[in-house]
Amino acid sequence: MLKLDIFLSALANGLLTGAVYALIALGLTLIYGVLHIINFAHGATLTLAMFAVFVMHSAFKIDPYIAIFMLTPLFFGVGYLLQRLVINPASHGDDSNILLVTLGLSIIFENGLLAIFRSDTRSIDVPYGFDVIEVGNLFLSTPKVIAFVAAFAVAAALWLLLARTDTGKAIRAVAKEKTGAALCGMDVEHIYAVTFGLGTACLAIAACLLMPTFLVNPRIGNAFVLVAFTIVVLGGMGSIGGALAGGLIIGVVESLSGLYFGESLGQIGIFLIFLIVLLFRPTGLFGAKA
Amino acid sequence: MLEVRGLVAGYGGVPILRGVSLDVAPGAVYAVLGANGVGKTTLNRAISGLIPVSGGTITFEGERIDGLKPPAIVERGLIHVPEGRKIFPNMSVRENLELGSYRRAKPRRSANLEKVFATFPRLREREMQFAGTRSGGEQQMLAIGRGLMAEPKLLILDEPSLGLSPLLVEELFVLIARIAAEGLAVMLVEQNVVQSLELAAEASVLANGTVVLSGPAAELSRDPDLEKTYLGM
Repeated sequence: MLKLDIFLSALANGLLTGAVYALIALGLTLIYGVLHIINFAHGATLTLAMFAVFVMHSAFKIDPYIAIFMLTPLFFGVGYLLQRLVINPASHGDDSNILLVTLGLSIIFENGLLAIFRSDTRSIDVPYGFDVIEVGNLFLSTPKVIAFVAAFAVAAALWLLLARTDTGKAIRAVAKEKTGAALCGMDVEHIYAVTFGLGTACLAIAACLLMPTFLVNPRIGNAFVLVAFTIVVLGGMGSIGGALAGGLIIGVVESLSGLYFGESLGQIGIFLIFLIVLLFRPTGLFGAKA
Repeated sequence: MLEVRGLVAGYGGVPILRGVSLDVAPGAVYAVLGANGVGKTTLNRAISGLIPVSGGTITFEGERIDGLKPPAIVERGLIHVPEGRKIFPNMSVRENLELGSYRRAKPRRSANLEKVFATFPRLREREMQFAGTRSGGEQQMLAIGRGLMAEPKLLILDEPSLGLSPLLVEELFVLIARIAAEGLAVMLVEQNVVQSLELAAEASVLANGTVVLSGPAAELSRDPDLEKTYLGM
């Protein structure tokens, strides 16, 4: 019976962690699906957001869950302006330039943070950090349950935005047919920037949800984004449902392979699954057939 | 309503249009004819702001529009239904039409949707299907319908008959005639000379990036030079 409990608890933990992975992957897949670029600055931007949560908490005593409502619009703006004022003008419409520009941005962010905060690992201390919710024989970390619910809420809100609003429809239109979109009067560059802003805002939310139980250092974002890339490919590039399902699967796989192979080998399972999917379903689980 | 004067435009510094001038009057069909590669699509792209203009002027309802971006031109009621339709394949027929009123006529979206469905009953039957799965003829009707959703003052149709069967072309031209009969100005850019001239009040023929013939459509269709010019002889 003990074995089953451990298994279930690893499963639950995997799902909870996976939801935050999904949120990070959501931003990545949205940007990829619409702008058709891989945003190499995604990880560094997540780190930036986590440090923003850290500073707000340690300097201004603002709770991370309150910070969501400030950092989300702030990072939307940061993403919007980055795309509009830096990435778009610097890339001159060439996709390989965009890769380099986003890579360059990630180096600037990382080293900027390194210069300010040094390479120390930091965390914040919140009173509910070690709270648990008891479900049957399982003890679930309260902040992780909150993160799980919030990640799904964000995904649902994003889906509603894309399905129901004119801006969301414009995002989907621009993703597939730029010329047609421009001739309907859509400002393609504005829509691109809005999309980049939304992807970046997802990171701000993820950072606020992570910080109560996690630590931050100037390189932390990369660990998440490597996983997020896997999720995006696994779920199907550009698919929101795919990112969500992929995130949960990856979370569970990581947690279970951590349980069976040892914590430090947890990521092996992720890449095994990743390779198997690429071999047998190269468009991802939810991707359109090419 | 649309005056183009000495228009020079092209791609990457290579001019395709070398001084095009034409006048489109309100409330009638104006045909722009020409063989493949004479610059018809470039002309449309320059008028709707998709490519920059390097010389000459474009005036719409008395205001210069050369140098404006596509959204600003759409806002003024100059709507371009592009060659190749450029519909949104990943979205439903209905969503495609709704986005036609993204910039203009949004408050009257549902009324205009009914009007478009009345003009193109087949679109209503396919309302919830993905636009990308529809036939060429239905996609062309969708593209025109999407243009109509913006309540155009001038509708530019670029090669609407391209890739359609003769029967469908016939049907399409009847529909275009019906739209024009309601008083909408249409600039019909076509390779299909005979049918376009039947529909048009006036027409121009493009060759090598300039207008080589223009005048009332009835006169042009009798002009012995038409065939010669058109074939580039």
